Amino acid sequence: MARALQLDLAKLSVREVNQFLHDELSASGADRIEILNPDGNHSIAAGLDADVVIDILGHAGYFTAGMNKRASVTIHGNAGWSVAENIMSGVVRVKGFASESAGASGHGGLVIIEGDASSRCGISMKGCDIVVGGSVGHFSAFMAQAGTLVVCGDAGPNLGDSIYEATIYVRGKIHSLGADAQEEELKGTDVEHISHLLAAAEIDGDAREFKRIASARKLYHWNAEAHQEY
Amino acid sequence: MSRPIHREESASIGRNAINYIREAAQHGLYDIRGMGAKRAVPTFDDLVFLTASASRYPLEGYREKCESKTLLGTRYAKNPIELDIPITIAGMSFGALSANVKESLGRAATEMGTSTTTGDGGMTPEERDSSKTLVYQCLPSRYGFNPDDLRKADAIEMVLGQGAKPGGGGMLLGQKVSPRVAEMRTLPEGIDQRSACRHPDWTGPDDLKIKLDELREITDWRIPIYVKMGATRVRSDVKLAVQAGADVVVIDGMQGGTAATQQVFIEHTGIPTLAALRQAVEALEDMNVVGEVQLIISGGIRTGADVAKALALGADAVAIGQGVLVALGCNHHSYVQEGANIDATEDYTTLGTAPGYCHHCHTGRCPVGITTQDANLERRLTPDVGAKRLKNYLQVLDMEVTTLARACGKSNIHHLEREDVVALTIEAAAMAKVPLAGTDWIPGTLPSE
Repeated sequence: MARALQLDLAKLSVREVNQFLHDELSASGADRIEILNPDGNHSIAAGLDADVVIDILGHAGYFTAGMNKRASVTIHGNAGWSVAENIMSGVVRVKGFASESAGASGHGGLVIIEGDASSRCGISMKGCDIVVGGSVGHFSAFMAQAGTLVVCGDAGPNLGDSIYEATIYVRGKIHSLGADAQEEELKGTDVEHISHLLAAAEIDGDAREFKRIASARKLYHWNAEAHQEY
Repeated sequence: MSRPIHREESASIGRNAINYIREAAQHGLYDIRGMGAKRAVPTFDDLVFLTASASRYPLEGYREKCESKTLLGTRYAKNPIELDIPITIAGMSFGALSANVKESLGRAATEMGTSTTTGDGGMTPEERDSSKTLVYQCLPSRYGFNPDDLRKADAIEMVLGQGAKPGGGGMLLGQKVSPRVAEMRTLPEGIDQRSACRHPDWTGPDDLKIKLDELREITDWRIPIYVKMGATRVRSDVKLAVQAGADVVVIDGMQGGTAATQQVFIEHTGIPTLAALRQAVEALEDMNVVGEVQLIISGGIRTGADVAKALALGADAVAIGQGVLVALGCNHHSYVQEGANIDATEDYTTLGTAPGYCHHCHTGRCPVGITTQDANLERRLTPDVGAKRLKNYLQVLDMEVTTLARACGKSNIHHLEREDVVALTIEAAAMAKVPLAGTDWIPGTLPSE
């Protein structure tokens, strides 16, 4: 029978908590874990590969839920650098704000930042979806290769710089677009896609209010005449 | 009446410089190429061993065993790497190399009891299946990087840079971004790939420590983590890597190769491997971690003598890239098909080069089927042929290292020491900080040092 467990980082080390989540979770029969007193520790719940719900009750440090597979992780506070970096599947939700590089190089799954995300949100993303309830900082979705970044607030300078095949949707103001990023017409399929992601993120919003940003594909082949101006 | 033709070549604007300026003026493009630096720099060839005589006692070459086992990653990992020889295969990507070549590397390395390394593009099943010991690179691009392959790896190599292009990102031109390569890297087919030179999720040495700890957490502190850097400010960089928690530091000197980068990078950045090695060793000595943090040196290692000298100067192991490719047949005038040697000279000519001079890895048109993603060219090197050649090469290197070690009176190759070598040139003596042959003089040091 499924049950919930509490792991207290005031009494256990991050190593002990992660070792349990990697090796002993299945045998424990728990399908819900509460992690108490995270206190900004790094790498909490990194490397999960299990169908489990994890609630981190407080602020978490760098690389929380890094390389996540299948698990549904919620941080009931703010997250440090690179939350859910290289996420493969599952859901990682930050109830507060996220620091730099949220969802960096994520391959799949869904990352939700209910507050603001800092700079380079979605950098090098490779197929994951990221929904930010607030705003994102500079160079977000830099070199983003695939997947979708939805920003309900504003976007900082150089949004989508050197972007490949990822798509960005922004509801608020865009300070500036980066190299090779361009605004494109918002089509019906975009509205459906945004609506789907907002619903999955449980964030309210009218999908028709968003702008679509994607690659102009002018960087796909070397161009010596560009003189570093794209 | 004909006038005598006066030919005085300019030392400052010679034929190479004239060609370079003309090409630049005509095309407005810089040169991109593969392989490593072609300029002459001080190398291990500039050192010689002081083997045994009256003051040292040699071992019998044919019957007294000389141990070559090599342990890497003993600092934090539960499962350090144990190799039979101190010679590893450097990271080279699937994409830069064909799948056949990656399999060849794995099979030969396994037969010789050593490791091979993935590259910028992820881990292929062929190389994992064929490699007993596989090092998984974590690069700025993170192409194909995933936790499943991470857990299959025997070690992780966090790549901050490489000797051919320290400070630069990866490069793979469109002709090599085949459907399979594109899928592995999540890129559109046929585009000129531009890789980041900075990691996406950390910056600076303080963050690097936290990143390495994350990778350890994900792998349950089971496997070692190497930190690889191009040789520039080696003394400082090695210390920062050690502080960040590296189990193994890999330093790649300026002669290190690449599949593609700007020529200006290849020839004008980084310091020679010889100089880098000594600086790296001094950094480990300064931090009192010799024996705790292992050192791998790479960049232009070709022979068993190079390996032995690197060990004598303080390396624990070497990594070889270009030498491995040459062993497979790189720059050879022919390739083998169904037992017959087929001449490839015309294909070299098509590329505007000749056997022995080729550095056209970036084009994907490798005449001997090594640095290609073209199905027809790839068939020119089968894994059977490649693995046999490479195993032979590695075997020769190992035999040469043990030969030199025995002659120095060592029953273990890791007992080779700085005192065993002297330099033939002032430059090499200054860089390696060993005496000029026949003297007690180490340029740059005071007699009391």
